[in-house]
Amino acid sequence: MKKLIALALALSLCLGVFAFAGAEETVTLKIAHIGPLTGAAAVYGMATSRGSRIAAEEISAAGGKYKVEIIDEDDAHDAEKSVNAYGDALDKGAQMIVGTTTTAPCIAVAAEAYNDRVFMLTPSASSTQVTKDNDNVFQVCFTDPAQGSASAEYISQNNLGTKVAVIYNNADAYSTGIYQTFADKAPEVGLEIVSTTTFTDDTTDFSVQVADAKNNGAELVFLPIYYTPASQILVNADSIDYKPVFFGVDGMDGILSIEGFDKSLAEGVMLLTPFSADAQDDLTRNFVAKYQELYNEIPNQFAADGYDAVYALVAAAEKAGVKEGDKPEDICDALIAAIQEIELTGVTGTMTWSESGEVTKTPKAVVIENGVYVGFNK
Amino acid sequence: MIFLSNLVNGLSLGSIYAIIALGYTMVYGIAKMLNFAHGDVIMVGAYIAFCALQYWGMPPILALLAAMGLCTVLGITIEGLAYRPLRQATSLAVLITAIGMSYLLQNLAQLIWGANPKSFPPVMIQLPTLSLFGDRLKISGVTIVTILANIVIMILLTAFISRTKMGKAMRCVSEDRGAAELMGINVNRTISFTFAVGSALAAVAGILLCSAYPILMPTTGSMPGIKAFTAAVFGGIGSIPGAMIGGILLGVIEILGKAYISTELGDAIVFAVLIIVLLFRPTGLLGKPIREKV
Repeated sequence: MKKLIALALALSLCLGVFAFAGAEETVTLKIAHIGPLTGAAAVYGMATSRGSRIAAEEISAAGGKYKVEIIDEDDAHDAEKSVNAYGDALDKGAQMIVGTTTTAPCIAVAAEAYNDRVFMLTPSASSTQVTKDNDNVFQVCFTDPAQGSASAEYISQNNLGTKVAVIYNNADAYSTGIYQTFADKAPEVGLEIVSTTTFTDDTTDFSVQVADAKNNGAELVFLPIYYTPASQILVNADSIDYKPVFFGVDGMDGILSIEGFDKSLAEGVMLLTPFSADAQDDLTRNFVAKYQELYNEIPNQFAADGYDAVYALVAAAEKAGVKEGDKPEDICDALIAAIQEIELTGVTGTMTWSESGEVTKTPKAVVIENGVYVGFNK
Repeated sequence: MIFLSNLVNGLSLGSIYAIIALGYTMVYGIAKMLNFAHGDVIMVGAYIAFCALQYWGMPPILALLAAMGLCTVLGITIEGLAYRPLRQATSLAVLITAIGMSYLLQNLAQLIWGANPKSFPPVMIQLPTLSLFGDRLKISGVTIVTILANIVIMILLTAFISRTKMGKAMRCVSEDRGAAELMGINVNRTISFTFAVGSALAAVAGILLCSAYPILMPTTGSMPGIKAFTAAVFGGIGSIPGAMIGGILLGVIEILGKAYISTELGDAIVFAVLIIVLLFRPTGLLGKPIREKV
């Protein structure tokens, strides 16, 4: 009997050892996602959060070397709250960051993360100020300058109009950044800017801006702004029977999910985005299907950016050989080197990263037809 | 013609400011307090109308009545819970309470309706666009209704205050609260009633605001609220015609300033005009100078 017990004990010990060995093989990465889950920009934060969680689940379920745990933090699109959320994430053991989703908070958090040596990959904060002087910050989305000049080139190449009006938010770094590069590029590619008007976050009335574009005979209105004011501009233009081509950038993404918005007003609106949900490649179809099943809506570009960001982080972590429980400051430099070596094909295209933190990939334009995005073919 | 269409836009925006400013000016005139939560009552009114139209399937007229009714209840509740206990406190304490109430309403709205913006359905006002001068001047139905509503409300309110018993009581409380109480006027009831009227007007203002500018968010009421407060001060706070004139002038100045000077300076121009007016007329355009009695 005694022997039997001893045997059982020995066996269980062996099993324990095996189990331990098994656990050592998979490493759980703790990745913090920081973005606005509440507030006026919540659409973006919810999208990047959901996208990153889908990627985390896929990676964990695939049974590879890494499992991913997402620590979700809300910053309400506020720089101060974002820095607090960042501190909270580190306290919870985050090793690297997917975030932050929006530009202004990201600039604030990037400065802190640079000092603390924490590796950041933002899905969607597109200002160059996010990466400038911060060797630890990388982007999944295009930078604002790239969006501005790419928009100008796209409009010109596809003959969408030569007389262009711009309405931008001069209280917002994102909007002003895109406007400036657009205005610099426009004359080079033969576009004439006939009207430039601005607004701020507190503006309720857009009649002057829209009327100025109309009275100056603009054929195309470039809107480097977020979708909320864009929806008001569309309503206003409709009320005075003004029907130019409206061309937006990634901030326009989300316009179809405003509750109560008359989608017919967005008909024909174009936006430059690296992701279109109707693309027929396997990656996109799989992602869109999963997103729809879980959240009952079509993922926007931000969701796609969040999804790709987690895959990119895991690829970089694998290259850098990150181990369980590594401190963020110990792996930061290895991750910086690793991300510049990887090439990742995700749902937003095939990406490589440069030392400056910028991503290289090709933009696509989509146009809204019958209330959904479709790829634009000339 | 461009000038005329800008002027009409200014009148429309100004009329909305004016209706909101009426709420500020009435409460200030009678209760001698700045109700900074007024802008947020507007937002709540707009949300209630939104729900009534989108979720409860009510016809527009019922949605308007529902918004007015619930806002009235909300106004009386706010007054009873937050302001009445502070009736004898310093005006600073009441002011801070009002600001706190404003944030409370915004955050409650975010909890109830979520942070995502909603687009206010255009079904509330279904008047065709008016085309004048061979299509060169277009005035939308919303603009016409807003301007008309503004005039009607102003006439009704003035008649109410000058002709009815309750109106007389309001004027008495405004003049001298202590003496009014000695004369047998129920001051608390009069102030509650003022809040009720102010909040019902806020619901109307909210619906007009969101019909003209259809984005609805928990912070929708705050900036128009501040502008309307400016309009009330501009016209002479406490004076009903003053709120009207102040609101309309402010809207017109804002739109014309944006159109002819700079869109970037729109708000700066509005507030600069306010400062200049207050420098020359410290009590506003129609405000009565208060004499210190020794």
